[in-house]
Amino acid sequence: MFNHLVKSLRGIGHRVIDRIWRLGCAARFFFYTLVLSGESLRRFGLTIREMYFTGVLSLIIILVSALFVGMVLGLQGYNTLQKYGSSEAIGVLVALSLVRELGPVVTALLFAGRAGTAITAEIGLMRATEQLSAMEMMAVNPIARVVAPRFWAGVISMPLLAALFSMMGVFGGYLVAVPLLGIDEGAFWSQMQANVDFREDIVNGVIKSFVFGIACTIIALFEGYDAPPTAEGVSRATTRTVVNSSLAVLGLDFVLTSFMISV
Amino acid sequence: MTDNIVEINNLSFSYNNRLLHKGINMRFPRGKVVAIMGGSGSGKTTLLRLIGGQLKPSAGEVRVDGKVVHEQDRAGIYQLRRKMGMLFQFGALFTDLSVFDNVAFPMREHTDLPESVIRDLVLLKLNAVGLRGARDLMPSELSGGMARRVALARAVALDPSIIMYDEPFAGLDPISMGVIVNLIRSLNDALGATSIVVTHDVHEAFLFVDYVYFVSAGVVVAEGTPEELRCSEMPFVHQFVHGEADGPVPFHYAAPDYRQDMLRGANV
Repeated sequence: MFNHLVKSLRGIGHRVIDRIWRLGCAARFFFYTLVLSGESLRRFGLTIREMYFTGVLSLIIILVSALFVGMVLGLQGYNTLQKYGSSEAIGVLVALSLVRELGPVVTALLFAGRAGTAITAEIGLMRATEQLSAMEMMAVNPIARVVAPRFWAGVISMPLLAALFSMMGVFGGYLVAVPLLGIDEGAFWSQMQANVDFREDIVNGVIKSFVFGIACTIIALFEGYDAPPTAEGVSRATTRTVVNSSLAVLGLDFVLTSFMISV
Repeated sequence: MTDNIVEINNLSFSYNNRLLHKGINMRFPRGKVVAIMGGSGSGKTTLLRLIGGQLKPSAGEVRVDGKVVHEQDRAGIYQLRRKMGMLFQFGALFTDLSVFDNVAFPMREHTDLPESVIRDLVLLKLNAVGLRGARDLMPSELSGGMARRVALARAVALDPSIIMYDEPFAGLDPISMGVIVNLIRSLNDALGATSIVVTHDVHEAFLFVDYVYFVSAGVVVAEGTPEELRCSEMPFVHQFVHGEADGPVPFHYAAPDYRQDMLRGANV
């Protein structure tokens, strides 16, 4: 009985230590990626190429999702606002929800699922097929040549994708509010212009998506780089990418929002 | 300058608390093709990684061109690696790059040559392995033998003085195997390089290598030219060269007595 208790306590301890150990590894990995970023910025073509894979190829899912999110916001918002006779404010509601919260957060979640998993699987398989070892044997540092360009591509793509998401979402809200529900077009746009602040709303949204970009990309890269070189290892790493990125995005969103609101 | 471009002195290496090598000594003279042979899991590939500085020995040293590999810093190791080319077991081609770009990769990374010169060099290397016509294919479109040849062209892209081969014959049909055998020998002699071939294909290897080291249980158990080893009376070498299932390397993994084992099962 006593032995059993000690054993399970020890198990918990091991698991906690393992987590912290991995967190340390990830932090070191992040540090090395930053230190070895020179080449990916000097040879910017490498980063542009990765931006095509992470950014451009994620566009379809981002834009389609944004359209639907915007349309749903329009319907739901109208439903509530008309009870208070202020259905013209629908434009403000849609724009603020998107620019401040939904744009950065939903984009980051979709990015983790679409681009993050692809990055993890690609790097994991490069390791499993000894491509990273081959690179090292050619005296080329894989962190500088493979990891850093993907990192910067993700960090640059995310705010752009979030901006496009918000834009498309506003358009979706417009489609529902003006042609479908008959809100006055002038009121829809002018209220939006008057009530969305550049610094407080838009810049804060961009800051969020920039932070999410760093978090999602470095998690995807680390999980891929750290994956055991087997089919099972890579599949588990891909799952961990989605789970950890999503948790990180939602957690960071709370932290960032609480700082931004109190300012 | 010593006559041996690579020297392994009294090298020990352990992995996960398991002693993989126990005091290995090897000499790789310039211009020769030397094979390291041994059963699967005898740590042959690990030796190549120790030479390339990807692993650190627990004791002893590896000298490349007179320099102790594990005493070099990162820049020093990279400097040494530029003299080495390595062919990985399944080629390890970069799957996102075409055949041409794979061979051009080391040149683009390490030289400032203009693209026209790189094109000429890549075609030269690809022609040497007979795949000039395959330059636009992606690695996924290549057969196992072709991928190995492209990887070989990439390994010699910068004219290395040491070429390492990790199981170059694994999983190849007899024709591709013959092609690789010829390429290893001819590239070695044409480049004036030294080749280290890790393999367990006795018959193929004995045809073209100059010297052989047999590794088993972490030590060098036999060495010599193929002729010497073919006539060797040593039980291990005899078993290995003639491919016998049982001998000094037992067929059975260590297990309790068979009879006892079966009887015990009945009682549980």
